[in-house]
Amino acid sequence: MSDVKITIIDREGEAHTVDAPTDMNMNLMEVIRSYELAQEGTIGICGGMAMCASCQCYILNFEHMLPEKSFEEEDMLDQAFFVEDNSRLSCQIPITEGLDGLEVRIAPASE
Amino acid sequence: MIKTDILIIGAGPTGLFAVFEAGLLKLKCHLIDALPQPGGQCSEIYPKKPIYDIPGFPEVLAGDLVDNLMEQIKPFEPGFTLGERAETIDKQEDGSFIVTTSKGTKHHAPVVVIAGGLGSFEPRKPPIPSIKNYEDKGVAYIIRDPEVYRDKKVVIAGGGDSALDWSIFLADVASEVSLVHRRKDFRGALDSVEKVEELSKIGKINLITDAEVVDLKGEGELDSVLIRHKDEARGEELKETDYFIPLFGLSPKLGPIANWGLEIEKNAIKVDNSYDYQTNIPGIYAIGDVNTYKGKLKLILCGFHEAAIMCQSVYQRINPDKKYVMKYTTVSGVSGFDGSKKEAKKEVVKSIN
Ligand SMILES: Cc1cc2nc3c(=O)[nH]c(=O)nc-3n(C[C@H](O)[C@H](O)[C@H](O)COP(=O)(O)OP(=O)(O)OC[C@H]3O[C@@H](n4cnc5c(N)ncnc54)[C@H](O)[C@@H]3O)c2cc1C
Ligand code: FES
Repeated sequence: MSDVKITIIDREGEAHTVDAPTDMNMNLMEVIRSYELAQEGTIGICGGMAMCASCQCYILNFEHMLPEKSFEEEDMLDQAFFVEDNSRLSCQIPITEGLDGLEVRIAPASE
Repeated sequence: MIKTDILIIGAGPTGLFAVFEAGLLKLKCHLIDALPQPGGQCSEIYPKKPIYDIPGFPEVLAGDLVDNLMEQIKPFEPGFTLGERAETIDKQEDGSFIVTTSKGTKHHAPVVVIAGGLGSFEPRKPPIPSIKNYEDKGVAYIIRDPEVYRDKKVVIAGGGDSALDWSIFLADVASEVSLVHRRKDFRGALDSVEKVEELSKIGKINLITDAEVVDLKGEGELDSVLIRHKDEARGEELKETDYFIPLFGLSPKLGPIANWGLEIEKNAIKVDNSYDYQTNIPGIYAIGDVNTYKGKLKLILCGFHEAAIMCQSVYQRINPDKKYVMKYTTVSGVSGFDGSKKEAKKEVVKSIN
C-alpha cells in the first residue's frame, strides 16, 4: 500500500503537502491532527462522528473522487458556520489512493 | 458556603468515578458542572452511542455508562452544583481553596480536582462580526425566562431540536416568531418538524428557509436583522425584531480555568503524571481529558486510572500522618457514607485465603 500526497492549507493560510497512508484506516481529519496542522482542541472534537463540524474543510480540487455526503454529514454542515458549496467534514473522508493530489483548506474555527 | 474534602470541577465520567475512589478513602466530594446534568461529553454529545472500550463492557451506551457511574457512587453521597460554571479560584492562607461559580455559589475545599474535559459547554456563536455588540441587548444564546419575549418580535436561527422547540413554544408567547434556517430540511424530532410546519401554515411561525442572518442593526439595542437568501434573486432583507436568538448547539471551551495560573499546553493543563496528576499549583489536580502529559490518551479508561492515582495522593495530602495501604474492594468491601455496606460473602473470602 502506498501513501498519497495531500495538500492542506492551515488556518493561517500556509500550505503543507503531507504524505497520508492509505493502509491505516485514517480519515482526513486524523491526518490533519497527526501532522498537527490545527491547534489541539479546535479540530476533531467529536472524534470523527460527524457531530461537531470542527473538522470542516473546503475541497479545492478533485471533488469527484470523494464519497457522497451522508445524511449525518449534510445535517451537521447545516448547523455549522462558514459553510460553502465545497465544504466537507474531513472526518468523513477516508484516505484512499484516489485522493492523491487532493488540495483542501481548513475552515476557520468557530467561536 | 459548600464545604467538602475534594471539590471536583466537571461531572463527566472522570469526575464521577473520582467520587468512588475518594469514597473508598473516606473522602467526601462535591462536583460542579456547567451542564444541567452529569455525564460530560457522554451525556451531552453521544448518550445513545455505544462505547466498545470500557473494560468488562463489550458494548455500553454512553448514557447507560453514566447511569451506572451515578449508581456506583450513590453510597458516597456526592453533592452537585449543576448548571453553574466554575469561574474563579481563591487560595486561602491555610492552603485551601474557594471556588466561585457563575451564579456566585461558593465552595470551600482543601483540594480542587479539575476534571473539566474539553471545557465547559458554551453556546456556539454564529460568526456575525457585530453580534458581540448586541449580547444582552437583544441577542441571547440561551432562553432562560420565556416571559421576557411576551408580545415581542423574535427571530430564531438554527435547524436543530432547540431551534424547533423554542419556535413552537414562543409561537404562543411572542407577538411574532421567525425561524431562519440555512436549508429547507430540519434535523430534529419528526413531531417538532411537523408542528413547526403546521404553525407556519397558520401564520404563527414565519419560516424563512434557505437563508441566513448575516448582520445585526440598531443603535445600542438591536432593532433589526439582515437576512441573506441563498436565492440571489431574493437577495437580502432587513427584518425588524426585538430579539435575535441563534440556537446552534453547544461547543466545549476551556473557559475561565485557562486564567487560573495553571500551566497550559495545547489547550490542556500540564500535570505531573509520573506521580499524581498534580498541576503546577500544589493542591490543584487535573485528571481526564483536561490534562496533558507525555503520552496522554484522551480515553475514559485513562480518566478512571488517573482518578484512582490522584485520590491516593490527595489522601496523603489531607492526612499527612496516616499511612494508607491500598485495599481491594473484593476484600474490604465498600462502606458508603449513607451507612450502606457491600462486601463479599464470608465463605468466598475464606476460600480465597
Ligand atoms: C463522539 C465521541 C465519542 C467518544 N467515544 C469514546 C470511546 O469510544 N471510548 C472512550 O474511552 N472515549 C470516547 N470518547 C472520549 C470520552 O468521551 C472522553 O474521554 C471523556 O468524556 C472524558 O471524560 P472527562 O470526565 O475527563 O471529561 P468530559 O466528559 O468532557 O466532562 C467534563 C465536564 O466538565 C465540565 N466543565 C468544564 N469546565 C467547567 C467549568 N469551568 N465549570 C463547570 N463545569 C466545567 C463540562 O461541562 C463537562 O461536563 C468519545 C468522545 C466523543 C465526543
Ligand atoms: S470531527 Fe467532529 S464532525 Fe468531524
